[in-house]
Amino acid sequence: MLRLTNDVWARMVAHCYDGLPLEACGLLGGDPARARASVCYPTDNTAASARVYTVDPQGHLRADRDAEDRGLEIIGVFHSHTHTDAYPSETDVRQAPDPGWHYVLVSLRDWVPVVRSYRIVDGAIAEEPVVIDGSGRPGKIAGGAEVLQ
Amino acid sequence: MTTHRVGFSPWSAPVSIDVRLPTVLRSATGGKATVQAEGATVGEVFIDLVEQFPELKSQVLTDDGSLHRHLNVFLNDDDIRYLGKLDAKVGETDTLTLMPAVAGGAA
Repeated sequence: MLRLTNDVWARMVAHCYDGLPLEACGLLGGDPARARASVCYPTDNTAASARVYTVDPQGHLRADRDAEDRGLEIIGVFHSHTHTDAYPSETDVRQAPDPGWHYVLVSLRDWVPVVRSYRIVDGAIAEEPVVIDGSGRPGKIAGGAEVLQ
Repeated sequence: MTTHRVGFSPWSAPVSIDVRLPTVLRSATGGKATVQAEGATVGEVFIDLVEQFPELKSQVLTDDGSLHRHLNVFLNDDDIRYLGKLDAKVGETDTLTLMPAVAGGAA
C-alpha cells in the first residue's frame, strides 16, 4: 500500500495536467517505513516528450536534499501517461532505478485522472493500493484511490 | 585519466571527501549513506570507492572504466558532466553525490 497525503495527490495530478501534451514527472518524499508520501517534488521532464520522461537530475538532487532536511527520503517517482493506461510500460520496468521505490502512474487518458502505484522488483510488476491519508473526507476519490477513514 | 602533479595546485593532491550514496547502492556499503573516499579527481575517488566497496563496481562503472550511464554524479551542486566528468578535480570540502538516473515512459 502507498499512502499519499491529499496535498501530494493534488500536486502530483496538477503537475501532470500542467505538463500536457508532454509526459510529466516528479518525485515523492516520505517515510519509507510507513510507505507514506508527504511531499511532492514536481520536476522537469528533460526528455520533453509525450512518450518518455527523464527526471531532471538537478531537480532530483534538490528533492533529495530537501527530503533529507525534513528527515524523509525519496520513496518513489510519478509520471503521467497521456494517452495510455496507468500501467508500467516496458520502458518503465527496464529503467526502474530502485526496487524499494513506489512507481506511481497518472493516466490522463480519460476524463478523470487515474492514479495507480506499483512495485517493480527484478522486472516483476506488482500493483499496490493507493490510499489518501489524512484527508478527512469520506468516500472515493477519482482515479480509484480510496480515502483512509 | 589526467595525471596530476602533487603540489601543482591546492586541488591536485589526493584528499578524502564524503561520497553520498542512494538507497539502492547502500547494500554494498553495509547500509552507510555516506562514505569517505580519496583522490585528486572524481575518477580517482571512484577508483578508491570501488576498491573499498567492490560490490559497487558493476553498479557505477562500465567494463571500460567509464561511469554507468544510469548514474548521475554531482560534485557539490554541479553535475560532473559539466565539470570535466571523471577528470574534475576535487577539494577536501567537496561532496560527491551519486544518484540513479530516473527515466521511463509510455513508449
